[in-house]
Amino acid sequence: MSTTEVGNRLQESEREWEERTLNPTLKRIPESKSEFTTVSLAPVERLYTPNSIPDFDYESQLGFPGEPPYTRGIHATGYRGKFWTMRQFAGFGSAFDTNKRFKYLLDHGQTGLSVAFDLPTLMGYDSDHPVSEGEVGKCGVAISSLADMEVLFEGIPIEQVTTSMTINAPASMIFAMFLAAAEKQGADLKKVGGTLQNDILKEYIAQKEWIYPPRPSMRLITDTIEFCTREVPRFNPISVSGYHIREAGSTALQELAFTLRDGIEYVQYAVDAGMAVDDFVPRLSFFFNAHNDFFEEIAKYRAARRIWHRVMVERFGAKNPRSWMLRFHTQTAGVSLTAQQPLNNIVRVAIQALAGVLGGTQSLHTDAYDEALALPSDEAALIALRTQQIIAHESGVVNTVDPLGGSYFLEKLTRDMEDGAFDYFRKIDGFGGMVEAIDMGYPQREIQDSSYEYQKAVECGDKIIVGVNDYVMSDEASATNLLQIDESVADLQAERLKKLRAERNNTKVEQTLKALADGAGGRENTMPLLLDCVRAYATLGEMCDALKPVFGIYQEPAF
Amino acid sequence: MSEERIRVLLAKPGLDGHDRGVKVIARALRDAGMEVIYTGLRQTPEMVVSAAVQEDVDAIGLSILSGAHMTLFPRVVDLAREAGLTDVIVFGGGIIPDEDVPRLKELGVSAVFTPGTRMDEIIDFIRKNSRRAAQPA
Repeated sequence: MSTTEVGNRLQESEREWEERTLNPTLKRIPESKSEFTTVSLAPVERLYTPNSIPDFDYESQLGFPGEPPYTRGIHATGYRGKFWTMRQFAGFGSAFDTNKRFKYLLDHGQTGLSVAFDLPTLMGYDSDHPVSEGEVGKCGVAISSLADMEVLFEGIPIEQVTTSMTINAPASMIFAMFLAAAEKQGADLKKVGGTLQNDILKEYIAQKEWIYPPRPSMRLITDTIEFCTREVPRFNPISVSGYHIREAGSTALQELAFTLRDGIEYVQYAVDAGMAVDDFVPRLSFFFNAHNDFFEEIAKYRAARRIWHRVMVERFGAKNPRSWMLRFHTQTAGVSLTAQQPLNNIVRVAIQALAGVLGGTQSLHTDAYDEALALPSDEAALIALRTQQIIAHESGVVNTVDPLGGSYFLEKLTRDMEDGAFDYFRKIDGFGGMVEAIDMGYPQREIQDSSYEYQKAVECGDKIIVGVNDYVMSDEASATNLLQIDESVADLQAERLKKLRAERNNTKVEQTLKALADGAGGRENTMPLLLDCVRAYATLGEMCDALKPVFGIYQEPAF
Repeated sequence: MSEERIRVLLAKPGLDGHDRGVKVIARALRDAGMEVIYTGLRQTPEMVVSAAVQEDVDAIGLSILSGAHMTLFPRVVDLAREAGLTDVIVFGGGIIPDEDVPRLKELGVSAVFTPGTRMDEIIDFIRKNSRRAAQPA
């Protein structure tokens, strides 16, 4: 019998099943709603069979793990060789406070560091700038100069742990501080590993922490890619991030499509700046959200790998298999956590984390259950880490590679994700690229529309959030022991900055800042110039300000 | 109908860029027939109050998710009073621990809406408490 004949026969059997078994059941017990949808409001069918994925071809669409198109993962042995990196995002208060938390997490089995910076730092302001008032050390650690960075890593050998830094608009300045701190520890930069988020496009699209307009920001990024490739070859210069796009309210498909299209934009700009694809793409990494809808999320990760392989081969002609492999970090969805009945969040996080693992993530952050209320307490941070350890050691999902591969439902979702992403790519290419689409407010509007639709679905009860719009308790137990950050951090920072400015060689600072502005005005790579500024203890605010007259300041378009 | 529309200024003081919530609220209030002016991100309390005066609003809604609410909410209230906006309500939302809410109310914030609040609840609150709505028809 030919495959077509088998297919036809199966379609016929499915129709017979509908008449024989399904329809009588539906008459007796009607389904609870007329349409079932994912958390992204994408429709889900009653049943998936081989009929749902016609022309399914194992070799070309799935292949074997560690080989194109990488649908089943980038490692031949999955997690049988080693688990994902358990990397909890942490940062609060002063560099002294966060240094203590890092040591606590490393002592409890965490395998990599991930730095959260406070808002003034993320926006390129020193802790003692007037706009920093009330924000210092609140959502991350306050880092204003190399002196703070040295404290942050005091007693932590930078060469031996990999460090991820969530910093974007002033990424190259903070990276320069990190490298200078590594040098002071005597580290060999060729051996220092980690990841710089350094993804400005998703800032304009979703997270909205910007300083300069898109084009000069893209230049800073190509400078870091070029510098890293040459000088810090084990460091990932960008983590192209869908996380924030999703948190801002996008669907899973929009998260996937906008993130990969951002990735394409970075590669294109670097190629245009004269770099060869296979020299730097192996060091690009990605960062995705793990939201509530279990299968939709797993499909998203699998589709991401398949799409990236196709893009690298077809669009950029990459020859190095390492350029074809999409590596990614996952974080569970902060936005899905509820302030109501906060302990329920432990369960949500476990399910989301499991999706990340079944999707083949390279590293994972599990959110703490009290994150809808405050920064994580020590206890909440520890349970979050334990959640990963339970999945790794107890659930058994690590025993085989891509355990859900071949599920009709999952393969259909994966295929739909891939098709949907290429539709978005065509639209964005039609604008001239992602930078141009951002200028027009296109991805921003798409996300706003999705978030409003979702909110309406919640309010009319189409989507139930346990403890929020159903199963509500009037006198619920609220989380205790919340982490509180008081204003003493701001005072400490102000004092440290005052001392720094009094003790450093200010002539040297001015010289290096001037050289930075001059270099930025030309075509010179800004990273070595930033390193000179940092070594002279120029502050973050001073470096960012020095570039403002050259680059300009971003104003969000009205839309 | 000569009924005047309720005018609401929505603002994000402070440095955080989390504007999902404020934008959803902006749409919901517009859909409920209110005139909404959204200031955009990173407004100082001075800028917020100056916009409230210029736009002749009935209510000021502030959204902060960074933890800076104890500093910035009361400052907006104080500046609004100094500017003579005594009958303009100031309300807020965001990631705000329960224990901060009573203190914010003491300092003149009329209501605090935390995650999970229904859009209807905010609409009702503004309708019931704003000066234009309170005027006899």
